[in-house]
Amino acid sequence: MPETATQTGARELTFGEAIREALAEEMRRDSRVCIIGEDVAEAGTPFKVLSGLVEEFGKERVIDTPISEPGFTGIGVGAAMTGLRPVVDIMFGDFLTLIMDQIVNQAAKIHYMSGGTWKVPMVLRTTMGATRRSAAQHSQSLHAWPSHIPGLKVILPSTPYDAKGLLKTAIRDDNPVIFFEDKMMYRLKGPVPAEEYTIPFGVADIKRAGTDITLVATSSMVQVAFGAAKMLEEIGISAEIVDPRTMWPLDEKTLIESAKKTSRVIVIDEGYQRYGVTAEIASVIAEGAFYNLDGPVKRIGAMHVPIPFSPPLEDATVPSEKQVFEAARQLCGKS
Amino acid sequence: MTTAAQRTETTTALSKDQLLRMYRRMYSIREFEEHANDLYLRALMPGLTHLYEGEEAVAVGICEALRPDDYITSTHRGHGHCLAKGAKPDRMFAELLGKEAGYCRGKGGSMHIADPATGNLGANAIVGGSAAIATGAAFSAKKLGNGRICVCFFGEGALGQGVLYEAMNMAQLWKLPVVYACENNMYNEYTHYSETTAGEIMARPAAFGIPAETVDGQDVRAVHATASRLVDRARSGAGPSFVLCNTYRYRGHHVGDINREYYRAKQEEQKWSSERDPINILGDWLIQQKLADLAQLEKIQTEVKAEMNAAVEFAIAAPYPTVDEAEQDVYA
Repeated sequence: MPETATQTGARELTFGEAIREALAEEMRRDSRVCIIGEDVAEAGTPFKVLSGLVEEFGKERVIDTPISEPGFTGIGVGAAMTGLRPVVDIMFGDFLTLIMDQIVNQAAKIHYMSGGTWKVPMVLRTTMGATRRSAAQHSQSLHAWPSHIPGLKVILPSTPYDAKGLLKTAIRDDNPVIFFEDKMMYRLKGPVPAEEYTIPFGVADIKRAGTDITLVATSSMVQVAFGAAKMLEEIGISAEIVDPRTMWPLDEKTLIESAKKTSRVIVIDEGYQRYGVTAEIASVIAEGAFYNLDGPVKRIGAMHVPIPFSPPLEDATVPSEKQVFEAARQLCGKS
Repeated sequence: MTTAAQRTETTTALSKDQLLRMYRRMYSIREFEEHANDLYLRALMPGLTHLYEGEEAVAVGICEALRPDDYITSTHRGHGHCLAKGAKPDRMFAELLGKEAGYCRGKGGSMHIADPATGNLGANAIVGGSAAIATGAAFSAKKLGNGRICVCFFGEGALGQGVLYEAMNMAQLWKLPVVYACENNMYNEYTHYSETTAGEIMARPAAFGIPAETVDGQDVRAVHATASRLVDRARSGAGPSFVLCNTYRYRGHHVGDINREYYRAKQEEQKWSSERDPINILGDWLIQQKLADLAQLEKIQTEVKAEMNAAVEFAIAAPYPTVDEAEQDVYA
């Protein structure tokens, strides 16, 4: 598991535990914070990420809803405008399709349309990531969609440490924040200090320092990048791994600086490559580091198909360590 | 569960001051909309707008039953709701013209006027778009125990939107202090509602066990009486309710909808404006009850006209925002 230089404590938590701890701490700190969603109370969600919260905070603050995503997301928007700080739970990121009006036409625009008078301090937690054998409607990584919309902030943590610190920041932010958790990472362990900390938005993290090539990776693709970096090391290529952590605000400076340093870049993201996050990041780097690059910025995203069910087919749609390794080797001119 | 009873009684004791205030407010909305149409015709207003003329009694009757700190959500046809909740016409006209002095610094326009000072959560240009937001405001009012309620205004066109029913379901499950105010002006844009609405409208709230009443939306005293009951009910913690206000849209769907014969007859429009005008109905009653005489009502009209003329002049003279304003307020 990748570690950040800023980590201090030796305690280990899973990604899911880190999320739960962030929620519990913020709910203890601020009585306005509440959780709204399907099966969030006793069930603790299908992923069991919220288990135990209803016991501590009660059903008044951990609120089970009907299966009505647009309805309870909109209730979250209205509640956020009028004094609460709701954390809305959208079980699968695929259900963003159901709530696009509430987040795009309503939440994202209310502050602007009202001339800065109303605010929507709401967090919307949802999932992403394939290979859970959940087929085409429960496996997509749709984080590029909200990243396209002014007024939203979009967060993609890749470690338990980042998940906790970024979620606490999200809850304290006065804007609608869409928080994507890769459902395949919930059991992943990593160090999380017991002391209070938050992580600011718009600050990328260099997960691994290197000199020959920059691997920009998001969410679970950070682990893929680590696997590739290890393979590259064996053939004498030193890879730097940069995790932007927040799609918007985007830390363009750190991305460009790393690209200037290594002169070669691959961007890896589990969303679709076409018109996706990799396209935006590649463009930022191409504009900001053009004269320092040895070649075009390479992109690796999900295969441009609906996510298939059959395991060998599904696995083939997600960027792999080997794919990244091969692309990096070619870019570095090593045979 | 309350049945869908037709209610016409106007029994709440309204003071003379309240009645005259409601008359003034309705007349203000009428005058405001006449000016809005005029600004459009003179090409002084960018885009277009949706006029509330004919429906004034609904907004005024309901908002008169609210506290200043209660919430409302409004619609694309929202000027009446904003004014009835206490918005100032000068800043509203400024918003219609895209000026910096507008309620939204010119960035919202006619369909998005919002004003925290009067509890106006905002007009919404997505039909049914505020149903869940209004319910969310009621949700936080209940959680915070601040005694506020929320009125969700929507047209009968929103009866076609699923999110309305999702919100109503949760409002009743959680006994939220929200009043769903359906303004049936009979036309979903250019289509009579009978062509879009299966079954009975009142059966829809009934399906959730939400008490519902029908009211003559041209009679401001009847609207106020019904709204007062439902608002009190919400404030007492008894939960949501639904009021169907039968009314009529004098103008087209928007200011440019001039030739309407293909979807409704001129005789129908004339019948409503000559026989069922909400301002005349209240004015005639006030005179008949000797609560006001014609001279008093004409004085109100003269004062309102002067106020609206001044408000329009203010808006026309007001500066546009500087271009750097475009990037302000994207994030809080």
